[in-house]
Amino acid sequence: MDDDVLLRMRGIVKEFPGVRALDGVDLDVTAGRVHCLLGQNGAGKSTLIKVLAGAHAPDTGTLSWQGEEVRFSSPSSAIHRGIATIYQELDLVPGLSVADNLYLGHENASAGFVRRAAQGEAAQEVLKKLGHPEIPVSREVGRLSAAQQQIVSLARALARDARLIVMDEPSAVLAHDEVANLFRVIRDLVAEGVAVVYISHRLEEIRQIGDEVTVLKDGRTLASGLPAAGTPTQQLVSLMTGRPVEYLFPSRPRRTGSAKALLDVENLSLEGKFESVSLSVAPGEIVGIAGLVGAGRSEVLETIYGARRRTSGAVTMGGRALPAGSVRAAVRAGMGLAPEERKSQALLLGEPIVRNVSLASLPRMTKVVPGWLDRRREKATAQEATGELEVRPGDVTRTVRTLSGGNQQKVVLARWLLGDTRLLLLDEPTRGVDVGARSEIYAVIRRLADQGMGVLLVSSEVPEVLGLADRVLVMREGRVVHTAPAGELDEHRVLDLVMEGIVG
Amino acid sequence: MSVEQSAAPTVTTGGPTVLARMRGTEIRNLGLVAVLAVLVVIGAITSENFLTGDNLENILVSSSVIGVVTVGATFVIIGGGIDLSVGAIVALASVWATTLATQSYGPGMMVLCAILVGAGAGLVNGLLISYGRMVPFIVTLAMLVSARGLAARLADNRTQIVTQQPIKDLATTDVLGIPLLVLLLAAVAAVGWVLLNRTTFGRRVFAIGGNAEAARLAGIDVRRNTALLYVLSGTCCGIAAIMLLARTTTGSSTHGNLYELDAIAAVIIGGTLLSGGRGTLIGSVLGVLVFTTITNIFILNNLATETQNIAKGLIIVAAVLLQRRANRES
Repeated sequence: MDDDVLLRMRGIVKEFPGVRALDGVDLDVTAGRVHCLLGQNGAGKSTLIKVLAGAHAPDTGTLSWQGEEVRFSSPSSAIHRGIATIYQELDLVPGLSVADNLYLGHENASAGFVRRAAQGEAAQEVLKKLGHPEIPVSREVGRLSAAQQQIVSLARALARDARLIVMDEPSAVLAHDEVANLFRVIRDLVAEGVAVVYISHRLEEIRQIGDEVTVLKDGRTLASGLPAAGTPTQQLVSLMTGRPVEYLFPSRPRRTGSAKALLDVENLSLEGKFESVSLSVAPGEIVGIAGLVGAGRSEVLETIYGARRRTSGAVTMGGRALPAGSVRAAVRAGMGLAPEERKSQALLLGEPIVRNVSLASLPRMTKVVPGWLDRRREKATAQEATGELEVRPGDVTRTVRTLSGGNQQKVVLARWLLGDTRLLLLDEPTRGVDVGARSEIYAVIRRLADQGMGVLLVSSEVPEVLGLADRVLVMREGRVVHTAPAGELDEHRVLDLVMEGIVG
Repeated sequence: MSVEQSAAPTVTTGGPTVLARMRGTEIRNLGLVAVLAVLVVIGAITSENFLTGDNLENILVSSSVIGVVTVGATFVIIGGGIDLSVGAIVALASVWATTLATQSYGPGMMVLCAILVGAGAGLVNGLLISYGRMVPFIVTLAMLVSARGLAARLADNRTQIVTQQPIKDLATTDVLGIPLLVLLLAAVAAVGWVLLNRTTFGRRVFAIGGNAEAARLAGIDVRRNTALLYVLSGTCCGIAAIMLLARTTTGSSTHGNLYELDAIAAVIIGGTLLSGGRGTLIGSVLGVLVFTTITNIFILNNLATETQNIAKGLIIVAAVLLQRRANRES
């Protein structure tokens, strides 16, 4: 048994100024098994894999590789030993071909000249082994889909003869069927004796692919060696959060009659993305859009908001027709967007909370002359809005970068509470938000709706749409294939619809 | 244990409460003040003429023209852009304001002309960058080349003499014992500071430089504000051109040579991120002072310009290295 332990970490401690990110972590990874790491954001998962990958040197603690104590001085020394890490943000070079990426850093070359033909063949071989011979090895990586890039990352790990592959939330960018394919690839690798460390927020995935589970909390190992399939959800969640909660969806209020629509979208189309989408949202109503990644959900949201210029159709907000492609008109009409990529599309990470919250309502924060900032009012209103949403910490001068995913999302929501926002467009509102904070976000969204806000919600997690929305639109390949009250749908039905498009 | 050691205050002046309240940028500016102090000590030791009133005044006056340009450059860089054309715009404005025709309308018209030419060239930059969706580097590089070309044609490759006495007087007038040019820099810097730190425009500049997509999705008119940045930079160049006319009593297409590099270097030394979104005007002005003081020390010690340039280059590298450390710690 003990001989199979490929990697053994003991008492790993890693400190950053002001934070003890890892506080004595133990981890054993066995060849031929999938070891899942569970933990909330900030539990230390990312730091742990960076230690593993040689990107961070631990302050104390030991690392042994195949029974021999090692110190990784740099990522390349870890790669050299056979540890490959696939980060959330894929570290491929978009301007280089697939083959060039696979052999980046260990090119098959003589006298500085790359043996292109040999390398291309070898790359083809690796991709075939992964079950993806259709990916052209000469194509630029930047022109591949997210799923294909994920496969290329894996292929690169194989091309380096990795014995241990670390995957940080690989499914975050993948659609359902692509995840299934990824799992098939992982199983093949494991069967050949490769060890996999798999990190994910999604418990269902861990049950499907994992052999054993290690739970991290506050930089410590809380439990290890738990059987992935056999451990009750309740137990895993309570280990991660310290309290026994499942996702709690707030109850829906009984809707009284048909209120006049707040948002009316008619035959909205964006060439190449979606066609003839019609929908309406009433004040106080949460409308959800379900569908696979690539079905056009986010694009619909962004086009309604004016961030993309529609090719045809009409958007009416509160009785006023909105011009195409104008975010400012949409905001003035009372829309607010919480985009999918919070960090790159919504937040000024290096700025304090208050400046992030006031960003969309600066003209309202002035005194004496237009343009002169009333900083006291700015701070007070931001304080009020973040207080209402229970953003933690409550100090609005804190830099947004230091907040957890859930609190960052609340900062984005708070931004739209300052103005006259009547319709919130939420794209993946709980992506990157840990299990404990999700229920809180759900409660906030429902509370806003109860106060009369209209909400249009997009999520790739079907239970989220079903649990939160009053009405659900199902999209498939750029079209709305079904619309129904959330109560009349269940997860299987929605999955059938998004995958097969079967109606009735 | 190592936490407690590393958390110990690295600067012991001012007491812990003051330090704790300061933001990273303020600490960095304090560092620049310290660098200046060191330079003053070096200057005083190496040359007996350094610590004279005349010389210190000289340093400030030499800083004034490039200082005004740097104020504009700071806005552009915080807003995520770059303006390579500042020197050329200064030259163009100086020439346009000193043509016989312009001068015949009197000093007021010369001032107006320089500012309008500066703002106009900036507007062309801004429109091409924001509405033409071109890269700032390329657009302002094109402006650098063509503005200087236009200046040379306008001047017919000759140096134009300033005949209007009031303009020349700008360089020789003192107010309350302080040279007017220095007061002008102070005024431009003060207006700039207010604009950057106390207005919605300033807030938008930080937002656009920090995350343009987030700013756009928050309903901010990114294009108009970006265009305004270059107009602002151009206007500063116009003001600088007038000050240069006063100092040199000439308008020439060779004025403001390499100002773009001096301005950008001062901004970077001042702690502004070249990638945008973070920076201070005070830092930039301190950056200019550091540069001019070094030049002054070299001149007082009769050292060659070549050596001077080598030293400047080293200082830029050292400043960026120091800042990277400061950023990591904050």
